[in-house]
Amino acid sequence: MSDRITMAHGSGGTQMQELVEQAFTSIYGNALLLTGDDAAVLQPEELQASGARLAFSTDSYVVTPPVFPGGDIGRLAVCGTVNDLATSGARPLYLSLGFILEEGFLLAELKRIVASIATAAEQAGVLVVTGDTKVVEQGKGDGIYINSSGVGVVAPGVELGGRNCKPGDIIVCSGSLGDHGIAIMSMREGLNFEAPLQSDAAPLDKLTSAVLAAAPHTRCFRDPTRGGLASTLTELARQSCTCMLVEEDKVPIKDAVRGAADMLGYDVFHLANEGKMIAVVPEEEAAAALLAMQQSPYGSDAALIGTVVSVEHPELPRSHKHQVYVRTSLGTLRVMDVLSGEQLPRIC
Amino acid sequence: MNMNLLNKFKDPELLRGLLERMLLLAHKIQERRGEQPLCLMEVCGTHTVAIAKCGLKSVLPPAIKLISGPGCPVCVTAHVDIDRIIAATRVPQATIMTFGDMMRVPGSSTSLEARRAEGARIEVVYSPLDALSRALKHPKQQIIFVAVGFETTTPLIAATLKRAKAAGAENFSILTVHKRVTPALSALASDPSLAIDGLILPGHVSTIIGTKPYGVLAEQFGMPSVIAGFDPVDLLLALVQLLEGIEGSRTELVNAYGRAVHEQGNAEACALIDEVFEVSDAVWRGLGVICESGHVLNQAYDSFDAGKRFDLPSLTEPTKEPKGCSCGDILRGIMTPNDCLLFGTACTPTHPIGPCMVSSEGSCAAYYKYQIGERA
Repeated sequence: MSDRITMAHGSGGTQMQELVEQAFTSIYGNALLLTGDDAAVLQPEELQASGARLAFSTDSYVVTPPVFPGGDIGRLAVCGTVNDLATSGARPLYLSLGFILEEGFLLAELKRIVASIATAAEQAGVLVVTGDTKVVEQGKGDGIYINSSGVGVVAPGVELGGRNCKPGDIIVCSGSLGDHGIAIMSMREGLNFEAPLQSDAAPLDKLTSAVLAAAPHTRCFRDPTRGGLASTLTELARQSCTCMLVEEDKVPIKDAVRGAADMLGYDVFHLANEGKMIAVVPEEEAAAALLAMQQSPYGSDAALIGTVVSVEHPELPRSHKHQVYVRTSLGTLRVMDVLSGEQLPRIC
Repeated sequence: MNMNLLNKFKDPELLRGLLERMLLLAHKIQERRGEQPLCLMEVCGTHTVAIAKCGLKSVLPPAIKLISGPGCPVCVTAHVDIDRIIAATRVPQATIMTFGDMMRVPGSSTSLEARRAEGARIEVVYSPLDALSRALKHPKQQIIFVAVGFETTTPLIAATLKRAKAAGAENFSILTVHKRVTPALSALASDPSLAIDGLILPGHVSTIIGTKPYGVLAEQFGMPSVIAGFDPVDLLLALVQLLEGIEGSRTELVNAYGRAVHEQGNAEACALIDEVFEVSDAVWRGLGVICESGHVLNQAYDSFDAGKRFDLPSLTEPTKEPKGCSCGDILRGIMTPNDCLLFGTACTPTHPIGPCMVSSEGSCAAYYKYQIGERA
């Protein structure tokens, strides 16, 4: 690892994983933290008799610009933490919000962001119950940063986690990938495309509870945020010691997103999403899970995109690595690699 | 941009038809040549990545071997030039603006990314025009733009400098390491140690320079070549047309990217290049000095040369080539990334030693990411 923090350490790819392992989990790791899921599921002694469990998660938001097509940093702060809680099968209940504001930030813009927080919280059915505000000198922040933490409750019997994925399971994706990543990038860099690209930021707790009701043996949920589908599925493959096989032609991607990504030299599987959920379900419940997603407010474009396979699967190269493969439109298999370094546009 | 049209170039039915035709031709070639495979070089880094992404190599029969060439602008930038770019970060009060791919390329002792983490002012931009806007907005800052690239980027830099001159932007300058593609192709085509049977030519560069400059490949070196696009349909079509020519014993240049590449190229872009730059010799990593293969600022634009303005040679540390790195030989096509002893062990995308592992267009990065050659 380099001796200083670089931007690559925050990109959701290989370097970030290295940083987390070497600087954090190796120092204060414990069984709950090392589970490696998006939210911790907790059952303190005081709750054991009731059978109730808590889900707990935290996330920080530093997006530039703070307001973008389809959302803003406030909507992200609510949806991001709600979705992390939802991945554990929890019903999200309460949020905390910590604001770090830079001297000079416009009050009108703050009010707009706060209004958007209120709307998103209402959509998700969560209450903001505690908060904090700090102001830093001009030049020491980037307008506004928000940290949000959230608590939810997990119903008895719900035991989700990446480790549960088994060969034969089906990977379900709740909708088109890459919308958020491309919307932010085109706004940030002033790129204009024929079709307006919007962030997909949305709370997905209703979607996950609908899937859980329809497919009670769901193995896990994961929201493909930073690092995109590639990081998410690779994490699941490693947690469950399996491989994932994705059918390229079945992954929902908007034409405008694909075109923009091709032009900039980005891999659509690395692009961030803020309103999409990946579910891994047993084969016999896949149709029900898909239907439940498609009938949810943010899942109309949901699709079955691949399967969990054993590392011994005859189609795979005998590398014995727990990783993700893509069947391309040529019918060939290739590795879906994890983002390494920052996501950067190509030169020519 | 019409996105529906773009998706036609990934159409599965079209792909299957082209694939069958390509395999039929490959079979004929194999019957004729026996054990000795036909060696085709994809010159452009974007092609290397596109080929890896659609898994083309895994369906190619042993009769056809694709090797990667020197078409990644970041990779062919000589070590000494990387050190010169890093030296620019030591100019007091200067902000360096660069395309993202340059950030992680290691110089003799550090990289732009590491310099940024140390506090040097370095920013990634998508266009040199963004760097010029910054210079015009902040006249007290010195903005140095790192001008890397082939003929695809050179016109953009030229247009930026024209504007800078018109606006009197005295705080804007560039560090130029621009390269010209065709002299490097001639060098490869005439290198007896390479034994290339055909070239897949860069689509993007060709949109600017047109088809004419490639005439020399067939005429002087008897080298069949094809200009190719980047979608799977484009790649297969180019391969089919190249193989048809070779099978028919025709030494010709085929344009299989007619929707974007025209004989004359982009005359306006070429005129812009000529207005601001002049042709010079240039050092390429792996290929050494190639005559007339670079572009430097001409006299009228000399004052925008950051190297001269800030006396960069005095800030540049002595060049130390990375030990054991085979990027040079990989760029010439005489080694594949898997042949390098550092590949995948000491040199990975997280800890790159050579530029071919850094750039998203680099062949080592593509081989590592897509695990090419690891198949059992």
